[in-house]
Amino acid sequence: MTYKFDFAAVLAQWPLFLHGAWLTIQLAVIATLLGFLIGTLCAFGRGSRNGWIAQACSIYVETIRNTPLLVQIFIVYFGLSSLGLKVPAYVAAIAALVINIGAYTTEIMRAGIDSIHKGQIEAAECLALSRLQVYWHVILRPAMERVYPALTSQFVLLMLASSITSQISAEELTAIANRVQSDTYRSFETYIVVAVFYLMLSLLMRLGFWAIGQAVFTRRRRLGTTM
Amino acid sequence: MNNEFNLNHLYFLMQGVGWTVILSLMAFAGGGLLGFGVALARISRSRTLRWLALAYVQLVQGTPLLILMFLSYFGLSIMGLSLPAIVAAGLSMTIYVSAYIGEIWRGCIEAVPKTQWEAAECLALTRTQRLFMVILPQALRIATPPTVGFMVQIVKNTSLASVVGFVELARAGQIINNSLFEPFVVYMLVAGLYFLLCFPLSWWARKLENRLLAGRKPEPELKKGIGNVQYCES
Repeated sequence: MTYKFDFAAVLAQWPLFLHGAWLTIQLAVIATLLGFLIGTLCAFGRGSRNGWIAQACSIYVETIRNTPLLVQIFIVYFGLSSLGLKVPAYVAAIAALVINIGAYTTEIMRAGIDSIHKGQIEAAECLALSRLQVYWHVILRPAMERVYPALTSQFVLLMLASSITSQISAEELTAIANRVQSDTYRSFETYIVVAVFYLMLSLLMRLGFWAIGQAVFTRRRRLGTTM
Repeated sequence: MNNEFNLNHLYFLMQGVGWTVILSLMAFAGGGLLGFGVALARISRSRTLRWLALAYVQLVQGTPLLILMFLSYFGLSIMGLSLPAIVAAGLSMTIYVSAYIGEIWRGCIEAVPKTQWEAAECLALTRTQRLFMVILPQALRIATPPTVGFMVQIVKNTSLASVVGFVELARAGQIINNSLFEPFVVYMLVAGLYFLLCFPLSWWARKLENRLLAGRKPEPELKKGIGNVQYCES
């Protein structure tokens, strides 16, 4: 093996990489927030007494969970544009990621909601809490507290999966890496640098989620059990 | 000009399905083997080994599979090896699968009650005997549902091998679309084929999980513990 590594040419492009990392963070945050919203609604929908809503939600979840994100992205971007609905790559990327993470969030939140004991809800009703209050204080918050670790690791995976949107040339870290790679001809070095960037991003995200968890779910700390 | 979707295109897609299955099996076999090593290293008595395995898992789980694909593709080529795309795809899939499945299996091994280790020790079994004759057979039962569930992830993620030019199902769809330019039809068909591959596995995983938990339904905590492993999907 006589290959000489040359990181200098790649590292000279560091402002581009930083910009790409920032775009990836934006993409991940928007998709996470919207996806969480959709997923939570669908989780309630899946347990709905209305058969049609429950059925529709579970078809959505099963379809998304059993097809690759890459193909979903292609359908949203190329498929919609061929049907006359032309959207920019960035919007298509966000839409595909939201649809994707929404399905996984549904599954996770469903598990959390299922774990709430029926007696809790009955007790809340006895205390004359309104329906909304029951949903928020008795079901949603404790459910989230229980599935928080699973939920956040899924969101970190989403951030990593957002790299796939480079395939429709949405602007983010991997797309920028592809550009640097074709400018410098230093493919291996470029992708090593990008891998390090992703590693740091996922560490950063986990740290952020841990801090949010500490701030939001205070009850657990008072009880003395660690998260 | 032949601009209609015809049987030849379908045949090409079916070939893609074949390669997707082959790559999935390669990834499962290779990743399973390496992942078993990772799982054992993670519960090893040697601190160095545990630490190394943890670092490996964190490294792989913190990097997107797409980047792993590029790294193994360009990495192999700078070593002067001009290998077919399936080697690069197989290598990166193996690494990816080993890190995730290793963690799943470690969780399953640790889910076997500690008293089993202690009882086996009382019977004067060596550590290897304890592990292979007492713990692993029980862990296998716990590990089956999440492992089958993870196979769905493997099948789906083989679609990323298309970026290194390996012609599996997703790439076959791209090629057909390039000649027909009917993206909606073609990609819907591709998605349908992936669904046909993945859904039976999902269904089987759920059935296995329900069977495993049949006697312990009233304990949601337990369900969560095992379920967690399966939920960490991408």
